[in-house]
Amino acid sequence: MSPTDAIASDVTHATPRQADGTAAPSRDAQQAEKPLLQVEGLTVEFRTRRGTARVLDDVSLAVGRGQTLGVVGESGCGKSVTALALMRLIAEPPGRIVAGSVMFDGRDLLQLPEAGMRRVRGNRISMIFQEPMTSLNPAYTVGDQIAEAVQLHEGTSRREALARAVAMLQAVGIPAPSQRVHEYPHQFSGGMRQRVMIAMALACKPDLLIADEPTTALDVTVQAQIFDLIHDLRERTGTAVMLITHDMGAVAEMCDRVLVMYAGRVVETGPVAAILGDPRHPYTRGLIACAPGRRIVAPGQPLEEIAGTVPSLLERGSGCLFADRCTQVQPRCRAEAPPTVALDAQRSVQCWLQVEGAA
Amino acid sequence: MSSTGIEAPGGLPPAEQADAQAPDTLLRVRDLKVHFPLGGGLFGPKRVVKAVDGVSFDVKRGSTFGIVGESGSGKSTTALAVMRLVKITAGTVRLGEAEIGHLEGEALRRERRRFQMVFQDPYASLNPRKRAGDAILDALNLMNVGESAARPARARELFLSTGLRPEQLQLFPHQFSGGQRQRIVLARALAAQPELVVCDEPVSALDVAIQAQMLNLMMRLQREFGLTYLFISHDLAVVRHLCDEVAVMYLGRIVEQAPREALFSRPLHPYTRALWSAAPSFDPAARTRGDRIRLQGDPPSPLNIPPGCRFAGRCPFAVDVCRQTEPALRPMGVSHTVACHRVEELTQPA
Repeated sequence: MSPTDAIASDVTHATPRQADGTAAPSRDAQQAEKPLLQVEGLTVEFRTRRGTARVLDDVSLAVGRGQTLGVVGESGCGKSVTALALMRLIAEPPGRIVAGSVMFDGRDLLQLPEAGMRRVRGNRISMIFQEPMTSLNPAYTVGDQIAEAVQLHEGTSRREALARAVAMLQAVGIPAPSQRVHEYPHQFSGGMRQRVMIAMALACKPDLLIADEPTTALDVTVQAQIFDLIHDLRERTGTAVMLITHDMGAVAEMCDRVLVMYAGRVVETGPVAAILGDPRHPYTRGLIACAPGRRIVAPGQPLEEIAGTVPSLLERGSGCLFADRCTQVQPRCRAEAPPTVALDAQRSVQCWLQVEGAA
Repeated sequence: MSSTGIEAPGGLPPAEQADAQAPDTLLRVRDLKVHFPLGGGLFGPKRVVKAVDGVSFDVKRGSTFGIVGESGSGKSTTALAVMRLVKITAGTVRLGEAEIGHLEGEALRRERRRFQMVFQDPYASLNPRKRAGDAILDALNLMNVGESAARPARARELFLSTGLRPEQLQLFPHQFSGGQRQRIVLARALAAQPELVVCDEPVSALDVAIQAQMLNLMMRLQREFGLTYLFISHDLAVVRHLCDEVAVMYLGRIVEQAPREALFSRPLHPYTRALWSAAPSFDPAARTRGDRIRLQGDPPSPLNIPPGCRFAGRCPFAVDVCRQTEPALRPMGVSHTVACHRVEELTQPA
């Protein structure tokens, strides 16, 4: 059993739903123990003029029902590609899912025909992006855009769908929703637009919401509002959340579990408190230590830094990809990729330092 | 004695006190206003965006002065005004002995050697057709720094001092990562040996690991070259790490100003407290949802500034007086100033 299997066992409060979208209050116990989403060995390559870049390399993760998983890492580490790959939104070519499986509620999304996948996207799994203005169509009212998804996936009348849109705008805290439903995206502020995106994403009551840097373009006070909103909606609806972020602080606030990615690989995963309190991978440790303002430092005291930059994905060596930036690098790290070591049922780390007798 | 000028009794120091400037003050901004007129419609009234509306502060030589605030607070416009990159509507900007707020033409250009800027986006602030070394060399030539024969060596030296490798001098901007580009921009800003470097969100486009490298570099260069920074940021954690003195701006005004630790350990203005509690924290104790101040809504537009306290519309503690009278900045403790009517009631004595 992989360490990710264990996480779903403590999650019981979310109501599972059947493929047609109706609530199914009781399921057999075996089904309930499976995580909602289980990705195994996902590998994605992109062909470029300079060669093939392996952007995701053997990524495995799991999200239990009603759970929040944080995915952190620097730009280019593959966090967003992971989300796009499991939604099957990678453009082919140049991209290609080379290997892996994406088990979602008992089915492998990678094996679904496109029509079946369309019934999943925006219905069972929704996604919100960083820049709300570019994700909304400026030529349609926000009500039309929310209602469209509802009509498509649930086959309701336009009237019902619009009523749902109003209810959703209300739920995400937009004042005077019955008027604002007829307004266009440019009439909303950045924070309000992101609320509209969330309303749209949640309109079909998805089981999983993927939020890709949802607050990066927003002010910090508005970010706090959006985080509170996602948190409250998760409590109310039992929607599982996969939060993609570069901000360890956001993970600490929002998530139950965290997955740290580096250069397309998962380097460490486990419960947030355990990882923040006792990071095992040198990269995780660096990410936590280099965040400024966590503690009061003497004036002039430098921050801990991770030297160097992310390696090119075109030239993956045989060893650990973090070796060149690692302060504790061993000869073995450069020769051989580290195995994934399960520290306990909940945690795993990909580092030679954690292998007994190695290094 | 602190360097902040805003310690005169009764709030903002009047103009006549300006002569009593401490000798170690490098930058002194007094009552700075930057207003942008908007053409009204055919029948509509002419409207004015009051982006910066009466800002005063002093920056001590060799220190880092931070300005924090949300979008629309006027922090970037303040930086641009100090750099003389927007038209100043009213007020004075004094750099050392020189009044730079009203210089024009060649006189301003010559004075620019003394103050340089680093912008937020390292992708937009380098010419894509210029080699990295030439970008720095151009600055040296333009500012007429040293003998022209010695300039290539000087460019190389600057390049190395920002942690770049000499063979990279020949590369074009697209061959660098964001963090490296920001190093080039910093090297270029230092070419003229400025006294003041104005940094507008210099690390917010960078990844956190790269951000730490850049902040450490900025601190090292400050020590080596005796630089003074005016540091604009929305990120309280970065400001807390880097700045000696911090001003919090809201809708074109400074609402609170204090030395770093005073501001972060004992924020007085409700807006500062809200900002601080909105920042994601690693500390589970600081995360208990409940003792935080959560703001409703977005910052209002600087087009319609409400009467009274500018923050009253979002302030959970606003009472009638807040909506009628605008509070002045007043001293609360050593070199700590705050603009809030209710600050005594709201903050328990420490």
